[in-house]
Amino acid sequence: MRNALILGANSDIGKALARVLAANNHHLALAARDTARLASTASDLTIRHRADAATVEFDALDCDSHPEFYDGLAERPDIVVCIFGYLGHQTTAQSEFHEARKIIDTNFTGAVSILNIVADDFEKRGSGTIVGISSVAGDRGRGSNYIYGSAKAGFSAYLSGLRNRLAPAGAHVVTVKPGFVRTKMTAGMDLPFLLTADPERVARDIYRACRNGRNVVYTKWLWRYIMIAVRCIPESIFKRLRL
Amino acid sequence: MKVSNWGNYPVVEANVSSFDDRERLRELVVSAPTIIPRGMGRCYGDSALNERIVSTLNFNRIVAFDEQTGTITCESGVTIAELLEVFGPRGWFPPVVPGTKFITIGGAVASDIHGKNDHVEGTFCDHVLAMELMTANGRVINCSRDQETELFRLTCGGMGLAGIILTITFRLKRITSAFIREETLAAADLDNLMALFDASAEWTYSVAWLDCLAVGRRQGRGVLLRGEHVEADESVGGRTREAAGLEGLPPLRGFHMKRMVRVPLYMPGMLLNGTSVRLFNSLYYYSRHARRKKHRVIDYDTFFFPLDSIRDWNRIYGRRGFVQYQCVLPLAVSREGSRRLLNEVAKSGFGACLAVLKLLRDNANGMISFPMAGYTLALDFPIRRGLFEMLDRMDRIVIDAGGRLCLCKDARMGGDTFRRSYPNAEAFARNVRMMTANKFRSLQSDRLGITK
Repeated sequence: MRNALILGANSDIGKALARVLAANNHHLALAARDTARLASTASDLTIRHRADAATVEFDALDCDSHPEFYDGLAERPDIVVCIFGYLGHQTTAQSEFHEARKIIDTNFTGAVSILNIVADDFEKRGSGTIVGISSVAGDRGRGSNYIYGSAKAGFSAYLSGLRNRLAPAGAHVVTVKPGFVRTKMTAGMDLPFLLTADPERVARDIYRACRNGRNVVYTKWLWRYIMIAVRCIPESIFKRLRL
Repeated sequence: MKVSNWGNYPVVEANVSSFDDRERLRELVVSAPTIIPRGMGRCYGDSALNERIVSTLNFNRIVAFDEQTGTITCESGVTIAELLEVFGPRGWFPPVVPGTKFITIGGAVASDIHGKNDHVEGTFCDHVLAMELMTANGRVINCSRDQETELFRLTCGGMGLAGIILTITFRLKRITSAFIREETLAAADLDNLMALFDASAEWTYSVAWLDCLAVGRRQGRGVLLRGEHVEADESVGGRTREAAGLEGLPPLRGFHMKRMVRVPLYMPGMLLNGTSVRLFNSLYYYSRHARRKKHRVIDYDTFFFPLDSIRDWNRIYGRRGFVQYQCVLPLAVSREGSRRLLNEVAKSGFGACLAVLKLLRDNANGMISFPMAGYTLALDFPIRRGLFEMLDRMDRIVIDAGGRLCLCKDARMGGDTFRRSYPNAEAFARNVRMMTANKFRSLQSDRLGITK
């Protein structure tokens, strides 16, 4: 029985992951802004899996509250999954900085703030797994979503550095890079069937990556090779593509 | 995106949104000019299709469960498969299951589905105690048999036209094992087959497959399957549990999801032709007939959901899709009516692979619930030229007999057929219009003239 903290547990991936973890006998702390919705998810987990699920209010953008949030947890987590994110609107973010800032702060600043605290704790305890949900969008900036992409690129680099730092201490960091996922974030988009994963599939991949101590996982796995190809395109050509 | 239901006909271009909380749903419902809820899309025709669809699949939490009474409250997107996985091992089983476990509870209510136990335990809505519904103006209303009764009657079997079902409270039934004691009985003709149903009135579950291509004296030959839940401590078929192969197995095992084979592609339409279908039917009949072992103990999946082990089996009917023609005929004329229908099918040469016969009981849950006391006949037909004309002729036989067609299978009947076969059709349409101003509408409800 291990304790897992899910940051952003109201997201579709968060909900799906909570079910997978609960089914595998984890104690859960579900964290998000909207605690009323968390409560209904928690009671579902309790009935379904007879799991122990607590709910905690957490606001990724309110960095000052993060130390207190982490100290206030009833139990020290062994697994921390950082799922919260904000896709935003690229064109709005280009012209209105508050949208750009919200994208950057949610996907990068907020994540750094809370994971710094978790990392210190794990380093001290000499164990623990941090899972960060980044994105394939962070692998190369594209005209259509580079603000989100650059925030995720920053987050990917952060996770890679954190893994490097924590490895000697015995704590582990998993970077998850989903491609298209059928979630609230992508509702209404026409997504290619073969490249699109359900939240349940992403959750299963995350859980497996955790157990097997993987470093960087793409989901679906095909994305690893797509992104290798995308990164290989010379900039002189890439800049002319409409992506 | 392109959306179609299980029959792959018709296909529409639709905007699909989803929700996991009531606020988001309220925004969707209030802002959309028209919308229709959709679950797993296992209705066959155009019931859950519209250019704007709201999927309930993300709205799938279990809200409450009473371990003593088996009373459960869940959100509408929870599936039968999930219920089996979660509550099967604890000794609880859904009160009614259809031929597939991949349907949502919201869908089960909206179609007031029946199962192999209909003649004894009725339809799904017979076991529903209460519901929460979001109406056209975004208000949430509780309804049951004592409260907002009219809304309750519009929702049970109402094809999602009265509002969006949020939560459903209903009773699960007690089981002590995951197994079913199944008996197989062959019948040489329709009279024999119906006699077998009469003789099986005491059995909780019964259903018959029949060879709809057999003509003359052999018309209606078929195989009846009947079953009971195995009790954890019972001896099986005169033998002990050990002899039945259950030794050492915990009785409530096997509720996890099993591996499925998958039909990878749409099969070419010509694969199913008169000859292949005739061959299949004969082989099936004789293999069952010849089987020495007339009773066996099998797990619930094999008994209730044999086709679920093949994912996407609807693809064998080809890209053009198929329709399931399911009608019910009043008991007094079931025999004669079924004969006339089978004659029509045989004459036309449209082979149906799956022909299923089942005894139903009267139903008073919804205004347009399908079941009535009598036999229901269901036939699958791949879509070909001339098929719909033949089905129109079958419609006339059904109307003459005072029967009706199942709405969650239907993709093509005319509004006239609907009004002549469902006695409450006009009243239902009037009430829906009054209550929702036709906010909730589907291709089917337009076709049937309910919302148009």
